[in-house]
Amino acid sequence: MSEINNLKLCDLVDKIKNKKLSSKEITEAFINRSKKSSKLNSYITDNFDNALNSAKEFDEKPDFNKKIPGIPLAVKDLFCTKNLRTTAGSKILENFIPTYESTVTQNIIDHGGIIIGKLNCDEFAMGSSNETSNYGNVQNPISENLVPGGSSGGSSAALAAKLTPATIGTDTGGSIRQPASFTGTVGLKPTYGSCSRYGIVAFASSLDQAGPMTHDVKDCALLLEVMSSFDTKDSTSVEFTRGNYLNDLNENIKGKKIGIPKEYKVDGMPKEIEDLWEKGIKIIKDNGGDVIDISLPNTNYALPTYYIVAPAEASSNLARYDGVKYGFRSKGENLIDMYEKTRSEGFGDEVKRRIMIGTYVLSSGYYDAYYLKAQKVRRLIKNDFDEAYKKVDAILTPSTPSSAFKIGEKLNDPVSMYLNDIFTVPINLAGLPAISIPAGHDNNGFPLGLQIIGKAFDEQNILNIAYSIEKNIGYKNHINDWWIK
Amino acid sequence: MTIDLKTVKHISKLSRISIEEEKAKRLTNDLNSIFKFIEKLNELDTSKTEPLTSVAETTLKLRRDKIESKNIREDILKNSPEKNKDFFVVPKVVE
Repeated sequence: MSEINNLKLCDLVDKIKNKKLSSKEITEAFINRSKKSSKLNSYITDNFDNALNSAKEFDEKPDFNKKIPGIPLAVKDLFCTKNLRTTAGSKILENFIPTYESTVTQNIIDHGGIIIGKLNCDEFAMGSSNETSNYGNVQNPISENLVPGGSSGGSSAALAAKLTPATIGTDTGGSIRQPASFTGTVGLKPTYGSCSRYGIVAFASSLDQAGPMTHDVKDCALLLEVMSSFDTKDSTSVEFTRGNYLNDLNENIKGKKIGIPKEYKVDGMPKEIEDLWEKGIKIIKDNGGDVIDISLPNTNYALPTYYIVAPAEASSNLARYDGVKYGFRSKGENLIDMYEKTRSEGFGDEVKRRIMIGTYVLSSGYYDAYYLKAQKVRRLIKNDFDEAYKKVDAILTPSTPSSAFKIGEKLNDPVSMYLNDIFTVPINLAGLPAISIPAGHDNNGFPLGLQIIGKAFDEQNILNIAYSIEKNIGYKNHINDWWIK
Repeated sequence: MTIDLKTVKHISKLSRISIEEEKAKRLTNDLNSIFKFIEKLNELDTSKTEPLTSVAETTLKLRRDKIESKNIREDILKNSPEKNKDFFVVPKVVE
């Protein structure tokens, strides 16, 4: 591995600004390492040749005022990229070449970033292990035959394996934070409305948010600055003053009130996770933070609520895949037959399962009992957080109830797979920001994460708390490049 | 409540997803275990709770109905699996 691959995003930006490294040198280093990573299967489509040309162009006419000048980045294949295939991990989009650019990837390009490829993910971001992708499962660089988490599993694997200095994911129920936790990396889901959803393949529109995935909290602050913007092309984009997240990063958390929700102490949670949580609490106290016990009484209802709301929105969003305007088409005897065959052959099992759940809960006679009921419980869950935030500034929890599991282990039991998102889903339902940072290892040496949840639009605060914990917890990722040997 | 095979076939029709008999049976089991899990919500009394549709509870912004994209006909048709000049082609609908 080239020394360049070991550098973090902020270090690379410094090196390029100080002319110690060129964009071409950096881009080549990440492309070369990516080329040797086929065993990980983290890429669906590469953009290596175009990226190298862009790097050369940058070096000929560099603009060092940009936030990520000439920096190569691979991105989740859920973001539409102009003239670069975008599959969302699905067969139904296997030939889809967008004619437009998503706002978030456009922001990356405008700030000097260079897209080197599209990363694997669960089909339409529906999954927690990257096993529902039509393009095969992804290996976790931490250990062979271990899932990298999902749905942003290609992103977390590529980042942990240093195939890209940073990356972006999307998070509907935990799809950034859980894979970050499984790979020993940092992942942030911003407040709903912070990053534009324009050009992101839609899953559940009232929950979807894009966010940064990085090696450390500093890099996370920088990439969030790049991604977050008000956008008239997304009707739920919120117009607020975005912070200078990197510049204002501050490890001083003296006097900050941090809540510990008792409902997150779930039965059967491994002791290592409890210990880790205690370790986080101790660091906060040692740094002058005020730890306060709180209650989020409806936590147990978040997952059932999510598994009504998200499939309902998905069944409506995915109605557009009809084999007419774009994507895969199967032959049929008539129009309806063509629709049914196209969708049957084009979608994978998990996506079909969720479309059918969604169709059912929205269907005549069941709407009130399921969908409306779930929306009401969603209100109760949001109220829990509103109530808690009268007493505290942020909340600390584990990111996941377990470490990464083996490939295939939970594939035949959808409910056990869904339970993975128990600590992350409530945050999406309430639209809040949350960050997962690596904090320790379990007995197998697999990474575990802590999650810091903030008030709406209070990203700076959770970044600061994460920064303070990161500085004191001394986490290091153990990766031995097993996929190259 | 339980979901039977007949219901699964009905949902598959509504979803415009054709499904083989074997898969429908397996899906019936999956959906039942998922709905058993979902029915936990019935423990809660929500008779006085307003539904929350979106956390961004602002009225959607209005904008002028102005055409901003020009000459994108080719772009729109570019990814179509079957087209004829300026049209998407679908199986014959009218006899």
